[in-house]
Amino acid sequence: MAEERRQKLCSVILPTESMKAMAESVGVGSLQEDSCLALSEEVSYRIKEIAQDALKFMHHGKRRKLTTGDIDHALKLKNVEPLYGFQSQEFIPFRFASGGGRELHFYEEKEVDLSDIINTPLPRVPLDVSLKAHWLSIDGVQPAIPENPPPVPKEQQKTDSTEPLKAVKPGQEEEGSIQTKGQGASSAEVKGKEKMRMKPRSTHELSVEQQLYYKEITEACVGSCEAKRAVCVCVCSQGPKLKEFCLALFIRCNIMNSKYTTKHLLFPLIPAVVTCIVSKQLCLRPDVDNHWALRDFAARLMAQSCKTFSTTTNNIQSRITKTFTKALLDDKTQWTTRYGCIAGLAELGHDVIKTLIIPRLSVEGARIKAVMDGPVVSNIDKIGADHVQSLLLVSTSQQHKVGTNLCRAAGIFDAPAYINVIHYSSNHFEKYSILFFFRSSFKICSIFPKIGRRDLWTEPHRND
Amino acid sequence: MTPLLSAPGKMAAVQDGPMELDTEKETKPEILSDGTSKLSGNAASGTLSSSPLTAGGAPKQEDQQTLIAVLQFLRRNKLSESVEILRREAGLEDQEDSQTLDGSGGGKGDRDGGEANSLLSRVSITSAAAPQSTLTPITVKRANEQLDVSVVLSAYSQQGDPSLYQVYYSGLKNFIESVLDCHRAELSQLFYPLFVHMYLELVYNNHENEAKAFFEKFGGDQECYYQDDLRVLCGLTKKEHLKGNEVLLDFRTSRFVLRISRDSYQLLKRHLQERHNNQIWNIIQEHLYIDIFDGMPRSKSQIDSMSGSFAGEARREVNKVKVFHGLLKEPEIEVPLDDEEDEAENEEGKPKKKKTKKDSMGSKSKKQDPNAPQQNRIPLPELKDSDKLDKIMYMKESTKRIRLGPENLPSICFYSFLNAYQGLTAVDFTDDSSLLAGGFADSTVRIWSVTPKKLRKVKSAGELNLIDKESDDVLERIMDEKTASESKILCGHSGPVYSVSFSPDRNYLLSSSEDGTVRLWSLQTFTCLVGYKGHNYPVWDTHFSPFGYYFVSGGHDRVARLWATDHYQPLRIFAGHLADVTCTRFHPNSNYVATGSTDRTIRLWDVLNGNCVRIFTGHKGPVHSLAFSPNGKFLASGSTDGRVLLWDIGHGLMIGELKGHTDTIYALKFSRDGEILASGSMDNTVRLWDSTKAFDDVETDDFTAATGHIHLPDNSQELLLGTYHSKSTPVTHLHFTRRNLLLAAGGYSSQ
Repeated sequence: MAEERRQKLCSVILPTESMKAMAESVGVGSLQEDSCLALSEEVSYRIKEIAQDALKFMHHGKRRKLTTGDIDHALKLKNVEPLYGFQSQEFIPFRFASGGGRELHFYEEKEVDLSDIINTPLPRVPLDVSLKAHWLSIDGVQPAIPENPPPVPKEQQKTDSTEPLKAVKPGQEEEGSIQTKGQGASSAEVKGKEKMRMKPRSTHELSVEQQLYYKEITEACVGSCEAKRAVCVCVCSQGPKLKEFCLALFIRCNIMNSKYTTKHLLFPLIPAVVTCIVSKQLCLRPDVDNHWALRDFAARLMAQSCKTFSTTTNNIQSRITKTFTKALLDDKTQWTTRYGCIAGLAELGHDVIKTLIIPRLSVEGARIKAVMDGPVVSNIDKIGADHVQSLLLVSTSQQHKVGTNLCRAAGIFDAPAYINVIHYSSNHFEKYSILFFFRSSFKICSIFPKIGRRDLWTEPHRND
Repeated sequence: MTPLLSAPGKMAAVQDGPMELDTEKETKPEILSDGTSKLSGNAASGTLSSSPLTAGGAPKQEDQQTLIAVLQFLRRNKLSESVEILRREAGLEDQEDSQTLDGSGGGKGDRDGGEANSLLSRVSITSAAAPQSTLTPITVKRANEQLDVSVVLSAYSQQGDPSLYQVYYSGLKNFIESVLDCHRAELSQLFYPLFVHMYLELVYNNHENEAKAFFEKFGGDQECYYQDDLRVLCGLTKKEHLKGNEVLLDFRTSRFVLRISRDSYQLLKRHLQERHNNQIWNIIQEHLYIDIFDGMPRSKSQIDSMSGSFAGEARREVNKVKVFHGLLKEPEIEVPLDDEEDEAENEEGKPKKKKTKKDSMGSKSKKQDPNAPQQNRIPLPELKDSDKLDKIMYMKESTKRIRLGPENLPSICFYSFLNAYQGLTAVDFTDDSSLLAGGFADSTVRIWSVTPKKLRKVKSAGELNLIDKESDDVLERIMDEKTASESKILCGHSGPVYSVSFSPDRNYLLSSSEDGTVRLWSLQTFTCLVGYKGHNYPVWDTHFSPFGYYFVSGGHDRVARLWATDHYQPLRIFAGHLADVTCTRFHPNSNYVATGSTDRTIRLWDVLNGNCVRIFTGHKGPVHSLAFSPNGKFLASGSTDGRVLLWDIGHGLMIGELKGHTDTIYALKFSRDGEILASGSMDNTVRLWDSTKAFDDVETDDFTAATGHIHLPDNSQELLLGTYHSKSTPVTHLHFTRRNLLLAAGGYSSQ
């Protein structure tokens, strides 16, 4: 592996085209191919040399990241004028443009209106360096104070927050064993257990915390906010069956309202919101009522509170992610819960979608297909599968625009096929050319007959 | 300069000593490679003695060779006056003419001639078989090395069939893989230097494609700890690249040292002679130094623990010089018995206390410690009254010191720098832990008072005139109350500050920076007193002597310099490292200086004569931290590879390896009594190690001492007493207070 990398290092040489471009930019019109080659080798070597020197400055600066300043200092060592004005906030400051058969990377410089700058108030002065002392250890024992990291080993934390899949590995193994054994007695037992565990979760509809919170709400309702009250009255009048929805709305109101410090109420609230997302049944007639919208809404709410309140100490996000992933990985999960899980994960952002949903796509696709094509299915299941499918499409298409466009170009509007393409492209995107995608997607097309579900490409739930 | 000279007290008191040192000042030929014309000034004012690098071979002859090289350099630069002085002082008149023949090319500025000559000399060597007889060629080469880069490189101009290189190398590889296990490990050491030399030879002779193929084929075989060097090497594909590449020059100018048992060596020699493998034999003869020893071949782990540096292992004879590692005798200080004694201690208490004091001092420096240097071996500043007061404070504190051990771990107080935005580069505490200094990437130095006592400036000259100088509290009166604050900023550098060091008397602070200067700051006026210019490149580290007055600095120009605060030029230049000097430390007795380097070695230098007295190899990455044990016997070093190595200075041996950190170790410190070693690293942890056990476990019998083949016990886990994680705060500095409380410091980096 290391060897491979070294060889790569060895062979990295700037393309001759860039030499030509640079020569043109300084007014040298036509450069021989040979001289380009010689130049690019020389330039590549010098750049490597400078990078190696810059690393020294990084080490002595006691940092892990190489900065533009390090490069400047390395250039200074070599008696080269440092580059001025290349301190970009962004990772890569270049923009890409193509047209007229040329591809171009350029440095975007926005036009700035001076009067705007003059009129805007001065930015806050950055905080000055300050010194703070705390006890790292007292007589060999590390005290549990906020200044010290929590006693959980860092590696553990890291895997928890970045790879929740690994954290729930035992469950996965369980699932695998079930699949191999088929519908044996043991699986039934497991199923029973799961049910036992699931049941209390969905039946206690109003916990003590929730009641406590209701009290808070009523107090808020009595307050001056007219709009809130109207919403409350409106929602409540729709029927007692949607009280979770009502609850969720209020939570959102409060989170949005920065005057309240909802932080201390966060933990009592989370179970309620999670219930709204993943509960098996939220209303009396799940086939008719639009409980999907409530799930979407609650998922968005959850994501928002994660963003606002998640810290390294409470680990809300990783805990929530773990909950969702666990349910998603379970074969026996109902469609409604499945939908909730995916919605919840999808709202948490691109990284989560990429690491947790995309890898599941093929499995989910197969499952959806089984329901859709299967002969005897209850209406509820069908609706559920339908919703899950469209949700997957929406959430992953944002992530993989390339794949989406490809599918459109290829005329695939069949969801399972699409899902397969997405899955494929996410895995192999770096390796294969776009042409390959086209070919493979056509192949998939031929396997799955077109159904023409054009309506899938709209976003039905966003505007509920 | 002026404010410093007028500074009261000791500067003047020690004038004599350093002046004497100054006249013996050396100018090492190595600095010629810096290519600075101002060197002529140095050369003219001083006489020469042997270069530390050449300490091994035939000193006399090498001295002359280096002298001649210097003469030629001076002549080329038309410094005829210096030439005359140098000739006269060295008494060279008669010999010189006959000797210059060897390297005359350089003298006339005619490179071709030089090349031809050196070539000739080389051709004549290659026929000589036995390594013992190659003394003359070495010295010839040394003289040449100093002359010109092109002459150095010309050693590669011998032509062989480039396509056969792979055959040669793989032939040797097959042979080494087929020999007995016990010899294989030893002979495997040959792979890396041979590989590099053969590759460079191919590159030098413009066989670019062959060189690349050679690298690809065998580059993967090399030991993993050479990875960084190989990365540099693989970038070199053209002859033009070789010029001005320090890494390559180092490899060329210093012969790679291998330690091989006689049996293994005979085996190799026989093989190469049978196969008429002259190409490889030539390289071994010319570029490698094989240190042959009698006895059992070493095992793979023994070899691995010592290898890894740029230039192979240290030659055994280098580490044979006697080092006075004992401590100096503490000056007798009359403790004023009548005042400052606690009421609790009555008549009974006083003599008792005095006795314990003597004991604690006596155990460290017995009246006649055989290993201690003479008290006046290095002229040290006289103690001022304030120093004596401080010593008394120190003794009082040390009676309250906690005795540490595996069962009694120190408490750690962590100072986090908040809002430093990754800009914190260096930290230092004063010995009494009252002040804290931080160096920052934005070129500033900041000083904090970590006690309730605020920092105050001295009043301006006009106001000082008004003060009654006879009053008792004059020291209090000269302070300007208006300037009192918890921290002060020192501005003056024009590049990131890479190290800071307090003087022992807390009156001065040193800072070194990317701008190539070391600055001395007054902590009375909070202004800069002197900028010491000498390093032309970034200065990575600087450190005050434990007795003050002297300090050492080391930087990217690959030399460490010894300075005295009242001289604007260095007193000593310690040249010999093959890459940047990354860290510098004074020995507790101030007679020696240890330097760690990017060439992955640690060197110990004698302050008296500037000689290199120890070379420690074994680190697999740049050395970034050093710490002497309080008794002066041991040295600990930490590097980017996350390992701490322990060294016995007296025997010149590696005696321990502490594994546990996962990133660069930037801070090392022994507790006041030396029982605990604390290490702080980039991996956000502070670790405590049982140093007493580490030093006790090593049995140094005569054999291991003689050969340097040490079996390292793999007991890092037993020695590790504690690991303390900080919250994403790399540990930049560690300090034990006088009562053995551990202070750690680092910049919090939010991510």
